[in-house]
Amino acid sequence: MQNLLLLGAEAVAQGAIDGGISGIYAYPGTPSTEIMEYIQTSKIAEERNIHRLWSSNEKTAMEAALGMSYAGKRAIVCMKHVGLNVAADAFVNSAITGVNGGLLVVVADDPSMHSSQNEQDSRFYGKFAMIPVLEPSNQQEAYDMAYSGFELSEKFKIPVLFRITTRISHSRSGIATKNIKDVLDGSLPQNPRKFVLLPAIAKINFNKLIEEQDKFVEDSENSEYNKYTDGKDKSLGIITGGIAYNYLLENFEDRKIPHPVLKINQYPIPRKLVEKIKNECKELLVIEEGAPFIEEMIKSYFNEGKQVHGKLDGFLPRVGELNPNLVAESLKLENVIGEEIPAIVKNRPPALCPGCGHRDMYDALNESMKDQGKGKVFADIGCYTLGALPPFNAINTCVDMGASITMAKGANDAGLVPAVAVIGDSTFTHSGMTGLLDAVNEKSHITVIISDNSTTAMTGGQDSQGTGKIEAICEGLGVEKEHIRVMIPLKKNFEENVKIIKEELAYNGVSVVIPRRECVQTLARRMKKAKA
Amino acid sequence: MKTDIILAGVGGQGILSIATIIGMAALENKLYIKQAEVHGMSQRGGDVQSNLRISSKEIASDLIPMGKADLILSVEPMESLRYLPYLSKNGYLVTNTNAFNNISNYPDEKELITKVKSLAHHVAIDADKVASEIGSPRSMNIVILGAASPFIDIPFESLENGIRKIFAKKGENIINLNLQALKAGREFAEREVLK
Repeated sequence: MQNLLLLGAEAVAQGAIDGGISGIYAYPGTPSTEIMEYIQTSKIAEERNIHRLWSSNEKTAMEAALGMSYAGKRAIVCMKHVGLNVAADAFVNSAITGVNGGLLVVVADDPSMHSSQNEQDSRFYGKFAMIPVLEPSNQQEAYDMAYSGFELSEKFKIPVLFRITTRISHSRSGIATKNIKDVLDGSLPQNPRKFVLLPAIAKINFNKLIEEQDKFVEDSENSEYNKYTDGKDKSLGIITGGIAYNYLLENFEDRKIPHPVLKINQYPIPRKLVEKIKNECKELLVIEEGAPFIEEMIKSYFNEGKQVHGKLDGFLPRVGELNPNLVAESLKLENVIGEEIPAIVKNRPPALCPGCGHRDMYDALNESMKDQGKGKVFADIGCYTLGALPPFNAINTCVDMGASITMAKGANDAGLVPAVAVIGDSTFTHSGMTGLLDAVNEKSHITVIISDNSTTAMTGGQDSQGTGKIEAICEGLGVEKEHIRVMIPLKKNFEENVKIIKEELAYNGVSVVIPRRECVQTLARRMKKAKA
Repeated sequence: MKTDIILAGVGGQGILSIATIIGMAALENKLYIKQAEVHGMSQRGGDVQSNLRISSKEIASDLIPMGKADLILSVEPMESLRYLPYLSKNGYLVTNTNAFNNISNYPDEKELITKVKSLAHHVAIDADKVASEIGSPRSMNIVILGAASPFIDIPFESLENGIRKIFAKKGENIINLNLQALKAGREFAEREVLK
């Protein structure tokens, strides 16, 4: 019964360790990264030899976790919301195979897009795959749910989706821990054929999954995480869950809410509890972080004209994360706001660090592209995406992991010459390699700049899977050796680097240029360690 | 008791160490604590803030509602003003007066300080200068913490203990310099507020 001060992400990690995992699999992504990082520095994880190395991407992580589950051990796989798009094939089909050892799929959503390109709500994925979803309201629940989530998974032999959002993940609070459980010994699945998704077997599995749905609902209805609290004022009933529940509580002195409240932290939606609040209250208000997921569903439950308020009728904003003030507004409570931000305060956008190698790469690239016309640089996800901002204004796209190479190829197919891709080393091994093979096979006229800082920098400097292997990978995929050019992005090499890039831009085929210099952040950390 | 604090600054200026020290001090006093921080993209030289809430009662929201913060503790003057909508009528703004100028349209520094000083409850301190005088320029953030300490409802000794803990590995000398920085900030604030 230790008392620890932990981030929500760390609480999930500690809960998973204490819940008896044998492995964690993940690719870094804000706001999920700290789950793996916590386990990597945990003494008990070391003692137990829990698998805790980064994977190349979310799909390989998801599959490895499923493999560990197949072998009868408990596993957790972690990613940010858009990472689940990458892992979706494995994720959706893991609901059809089911699991052997308990499997938690932890996905951290980022409403308001603090560090993301969209604010998709992962609960839809849970419904899509037809599996139970857990969503904690606070850090203690994050711990408790991770701790007991494996049993839920094993009870139904199904993976469980575990949704957290930015403000749960990156907020610290005191956590009471429980006794650590033993890891499982490992065992093969009772039904040796259930992981073989041939159509004949998949059909049987899928029918079983459909049959299980009522049991999942029943489990939600009896879950300790779904709670109905009565209130005297039945003119309005409030349905909420996840972190939104905290914002609701915040608005009432001593947490005394006059209305009936249904808190939903386990899905599928507990139908009986929803029926109850509907029958007792005149109107309903749904307060949830992310998309109007509950709201849309319960609106279709009652087709008899009951007023359901929320994000679909403007009681709450459809876009961006919630906060206590927005929740107050939806309840028609008064907000007393401080002085406005003075006009003198200017925006301070993030920027590449002073001394960063990407800076010298962009300086050389911009100089090389001067005579090539605008709109020809396809970039990717990482620190170097900041090259879109002044003073560089160097890139024209940023869509999803790996898209720089394939979009450059497609644009080249459409006649754009030269088409340039800018991608980092970690993003390249995440999902750039397969696209490069497409380009090699068609001898596309593209120049791929793999800006190699030998780390996954934007998320804080995690290991990059391709370190020391980039040239070999490119060569192996069929890029001609003389068109794989390595350079050191430094001011003193500016002219030489411009010359190299220009030569490769002129080559009618696939070129790879690798500006390589260690990330200044990881370098500083390494020096500090060496000194100590 | 409750103290709701917005910590403000620029990525890399060390506001999270301030949060850690206050957090440790709060735990020592068996208080509840919630601290929401910013990770990811904005840490690259952008504006960063942390919501730190300590209370004798259980805390609901991870975010401080607008108009409810008791204290804005900022290591940079322009950043201190960004969170004014969060400051309550009786709340204090404590800021370093030294600008961190990494944008091309940074406002006139004198105007910034004039604005800070126009607020009813403020402490404006050149924390870099105070830290340098002690001989520990890197303790700027601890000076600010000291200057904010009269407005944090936690015994001063607990903050000192927090400093002893987080700098434990760095040796007695570093600990003492930071204790001095904390004290210098505190004394400055006491002089300012009393005058």
